[in-house]
This record gives sequence, C-alpha cells and structure tokens, in this order.
Amino acid sequence: MGRKAPGLAAAAAFLLISAACGGNTATTTQTDVGVTSNSILLGTTIALSGPAAAYGTIANAENAYFTYVNNTQGGVNGRKINFKILDDAYNPAQTVPLTKQLVEQDQVFLMFSGLGTQAQTSVRDYLNTKKVPQLFVATGATTWGKDFGNFKWTMSWQPPYQGEARIYAKDVLQNHPNAKIGVLYQNDDYGQDYLKGLTDGLGDKASMIVAKESYDVTAADPFAQLTKLKAAGVDTLFLFSTPKPSIQSLAFVSKVAWTPTIYLNSVSNPQVYMLAAAKAGAALKNVTSVGYIKDPTDPQWANDDGMKLYKQVIANCSTCNVQDGFNIYGVAVAYTMVGVLKQAGNNLTRANVMKIASTQLNESNPFLLPGVKVTTTSNDHFPIMQEQVITWSGSLWQLQGSIIDERGSIK
Amino acid sequence: MQEFLQLVVSGIATGAIFASLALALVLIYNAMGLVNFAQGEMAMFAAFIAYTLINHGMSFWIAFPVTMVLAFGGGILIQRIVIKPVERAPVLTLVIITLGLATLVNGFAGFIWGYVPRYFGSPFSSDSIDLGGVFLNERDLGVIGVSGLVLLAVYLLLQHTTVGLTLRAAAHHPEASRLLGVHVSWMLALGWGLASAVGAVSGMMVAPILLLEPNMMQTIIIYAFAAAVLGGIESPLGAVVGGLVVGVVINLAGAYIPNAGDLQLAFGLGIIILVLILKPNGLFGRAATRRV
Repeated sequence: MGRKAPGLAAAAAFLLISAACGGNTATTTQTDVGVTSNSILLGTTIALSGPAAAYGTIANAENAYFTYVNNTQGGVNGRKINFKILDDAYNPAQTVPLTKQLVEQDQVFLMFSGLGTQAQTSVRDYLNTKKVPQLFVATGATTWGKDFGNFKWTMSWQPPYQGEARIYAKDVLQNHPNAKIGVLYQNDDYGQDYLKGLTDGLGDKASMIVAKESYDVTAADPFAQLTKLKAAGVDTLFLFSTPKPSIQSLAFVSKVAWTPTIYLNSVSNPQVYMLAAAKAGAALKNVTSVGYIKDPTDPQWANDDGMKLYKQVIANCSTCNVQDGFNIYGVAVAYTMVGVLKQAGNNLTRANVMKIASTQLNESNPFLLPGVKVTTTSNDHFPIMQEQVITWSGSLWQLQGSIIDERGSIK
Repeated sequence: MQEFLQLVVSGIATGAIFASLALALVLIYNAMGLVNFAQGEMAMFAAFIAYTLINHGMSFWIAFPVTMVLAFGGGILIQRIVIKPVERAPVLTLVIITLGLATLVNGFAGFIWGYVPRYFGSPFSSDSIDLGGVFLNERDLGVIGVSGLVLLAVYLLLQHTTVGLTLRAAAHHPEASRLLGVHVSWMLALGWGLASAVGAVSGMMVAPILLLEPNMMQTIIIYAFAAAVLGGIESPLGAVVGGLVVGVVINLAGAYIPNAGDLQLAFGLGIIILVLILKPNGLFGRAATRRV
C-alpha cells in the first residue's frame, strides 16, 4: 500500500501545477528547486572507485556532452547545465546519504543517470516520496519500466535485460530450433531478469533449456558450473554474467575443447572484453549478442555524422577513452536528457520534466543505431526497446539482419 | 566420471591460485605472528608493476625477477614505514593497520591503472592437454609448477640457511634473539620483503587467469585464508595442500550439492570455521605447547 502513495501524490502535483499554469500566459516561467535564470543543477551517483569503477567514465562522458551544449548553444534556453557527480563506489549504503546530500544540501533539480540496480533501488522510495525525478537510471533492470505505475518519478533509458533476452530467444528459435540450451547466470536480480526474459521469450519451447547454473559474484571462477553444463550435453550456451566471469567462461569453453553456440549478454560485450577473452585463449566462434548504440571501434561509422559529433563532444573530457563504448552511452543518454529539458522550455518544473520523459519522448538519437528510437507513451515507459543482433567476427561486432522491436512484449 | 575428474582437475587449478597466495600469508604469519590482510592487494599491485614492465617491452621472464626484487623492496619499505612504528602494539592494532593498507593499496592501484579488467600475458600457452576427455590446461600446470618451486625455495631458505634460522628465531623468540645479537626489527622487515616477493609471484601467475584489475585478489584472499588455516597457519607445505583441497572441495560442492553453485564463498568460510573448531592447528600445524 505504501508504494501507492507517491503515485497519488504525483498525480496531485500534476493537478496543482496544471491549475497554476491555467491562468498564466505562455511566456511566464515556471521553475523548481535547482533552476535559476541562467543555470540548471543536475546530480548523479556513480561508481568512480570500487568493483564497478569501470563504469565511472559514463558520468564524465555525460558531463562532456553538457559542456558541449553549454559552450556551443549557451546551455538550454539560456541556462547552463551544471552536473554534480558523487562517487558511491557501487555501494547502496553510500548511494543513500549521497543522494540525500544532492537533493537536500546541493538542491539539485533532478537526479540523472545514477548507476547500478541495487544502488538506484535503494533511493527509489526516497526520491519518489520527495518527488525528485530519478531520470534515466543506468541499469537494465526490467523493474524501472515495469513498475513505473508505483514509482512515477523513476525511469530507465537503456533496453531492459528481459527485452534483450527475448531477442535471443527469437534468434535461437529461428536459427537453432533444436538447440540444447544451457544458461550460466549471476544469482541476483540481474541474472534472474535475463533468465526470465529468455524463458518467457521461448514460451512453450522453454524446455529447450536443458540446464541452468548460477554463480555468486564472490566466486573465483565459474568453472564448476560450466563443467556441469557441458556434461549436461548443452550445445547452446547463454552467458548472463558480468565481464570478468564472461571472459573466464569464454576462455574455459575453448580450454576444454567445447564448441557451443554462445549468446553473450550486452553487459559483457564491449570490444575491450572480447579482445581480452581472445588473448586469454578464447576461440570466440559463433558468439552472438545485441547492440543498440553505435560502436566507436566499428569502422563503418567512420564518416557517420553521429559518430563525428560524438568525437567532437568527447574531446571535452580529458580522461575519456574515445574507443570506450561506455562513453558513447554517456553522451547518448545526456543527449536525451538535454532533449527533455529543451522540450520543457520555460515550464521547467520537476513534474513537467517527468511528464515529458515518461510519456512524450519521441527522439531519433544520433548516437544510436539507425532505426532505433527513444520513445515513451502514456502506457509505455521503456524508452528504448529496439536492438539488433550482432555476431563477433574476430576483431569486431558485425550487425546482422535488421532492428528487432520488443516494444509491448513486457507486461 | 569424466565430469567428476574434470571438476577435480579444474579445482586443483583454482586451488593452486589459493595456494600461492596462502604461501605468502603463512610467511608473514611466521615472521610476525599475524595475518596480513593486505597480502592480496600487495600481490595485485606487484602484478600491475609486472604488467607495466611487460608493456614497456620487457620480456616476461625478465619482468618476473625484476618485479620480485621490486616487491621485496616494497615489502621492506612498508614494514619500515607503516609497521615498525607500531611493532610493539597489540596484535589487533597491527591487523587493523593491514586492513587499512589493503584499502589503500587497492585505491592507489585503481587511481593509477583504472578498473577495467586487463589481459595479463602468461608465459605458458593456453592450450590444453586431452587426457581421455579430461582437459588439463598448460597455463594451470604452470601455476602449479611455479607455486611448487616457490614452496621449495621457501622451505630451503627457512629450514636450511642461517638467515632462515635467524628469521624464525626473531619471530618466535624476539627477546632471546635480541640478546644473542640478532637485529630483530630488520629480520621482521626481511620477512615482509620475502612474503611480498612470494605474493608477487602469486599475482603474476594468477593474473592471466583472473584478469588483472585492482579487485582481482579480493575474494581470492578469503579462500587463501581458508587454505592457510586448513594447512595449519604456520606450515608452508600445509598452505599449498590446504589451497588444493579448498579448490577441489568448493568445485565439487558447487557442482554436486543442489543449488550450491552460488555458495562457494560460504564454503570457503565454512572451512575456516570448521577447522578452527575441530582441528585448530590445521592439517600440518604443530600443537601449541605452553609451559605452566
């Protein structure tokens, strides 16, 4: 029951604001905390240190885009974007006080692109109670879009894990209809989210999954689980694991002369990890994944306008590696954020920004694969639901077939 | 059966990783009478140094001894700067200091090299030897072989040289040693240097398997503690046997106890608790005797 309250409160806030706007002319400026006549303050928490610190560069890339907008366009409607980045070390126990600090002490207008499923879940209640937008959290958990009804101030941006797994299910049914599927998954929300998507996607063919084994993040390696999967006669291996165990798995498969078809979840598919796996002894034959963002290492985008813009933007960040896929992710999601702020115009209230983000997005983002759109409607709050199958060629990922749309598939 | 053997073989390979770090833990224990929680982080840092040397064009087998020497010096430096001032403090103070050191070294490595896992070149090929369907990886054999050599070297040094004798005397009977003219404090520093060098070997051997990143050793250290405790915390041979046993046990438990695949760390900690309750001196430890 407690979870209903923020929704009702949000609705009430909408009513109040629309009532307040009713009598005013269009030129009147409506603003909230964190917005002045010449600035907008956004905040985020992300892992700049600790086990997931490789993600930290995302915030710097986002800041690079804001800097670009401030320098070339004078900000958004004359307001420069300031972005305060705090390090929660991927530890939810730190995310809570840091988020409170940003909201109550620094008085941010909204929280943008906080990273980590557990970290962002730990502040979801708080931000919804405070009616502070928790926009475009950097996690692929399905709950953000699925449970929007209960948490109307929280949204994700990237495709949800379940949507991705459903695409794999389609691909298997089409290309490997007699597959004996084995799944290695991390024993938390992330791994289980993927597993559910795969099982749901296979539908009445779910019995194709002949074995599934979980591992804990604290395990030294997943070799025992893989040995069992191999012994179970698996010929199609799904790796729903983070980069390190994925690289270990790819190498182990080759070590024991096993040649299954491999589906690798997108969390672990950046090129840097594939090359590390190859050096560690992985043959990387028949490896499939999905993508929705342009890969900065792919030569086919060399003359692409979006990629040129990305390179221009990322030059604003001295520590950002231009080849790192996380950085183009950061620039792409910052692009959507700026789009929302522009659309809000002079009605720069938290409620209006949330309304635009959750129901009125309709954006062609130059950093995403051609055909992928960022959209939301009054009954669909998963901004990106299109992805394309990719296969590893030995040096880079190659796009296969066309964009697959999973919009509406997750109820 | 084939599955069982494969699990045992890959368990031994994983166990060799635990064993190599456990060996360094045992050395510090023998030199100081305390466990060094920063041992794993120091090994990781040494592996990063080797990585940097190799990236600058040095061949692995030159970078290997160079890193060992640097790690030896680093260990002595840490003892002189951080440990010596509190040498006579209660054990708890020292343990807390090693915990702080672990965090410090970890953060420092992250600051210099970042957190993206890197591939660390191994001198051993990644090919496997097929023994009737059970695959033995050459890289894993290399880890086992090198750990064995280090064990032999440590054993010879401690048991068959004057330096080894002095080291042990300084650690176990500091007052008596001092009266006999032994520089106890410097001997303890030498112990830190040795442990740091052994840890560096561990870091360089396991980095190709675990992938090099600042948190590489963070869970390994717990298994290494389990291995050291199981072997009897004072015994280098015990550490190696303990490491292999822990590796095989968690692999088999993960595979054959239903839904235990994700409880490997719990098994590692379970081993520590069981050994401390049932056989506090471990498999190879000597029962402590005290004159009343």
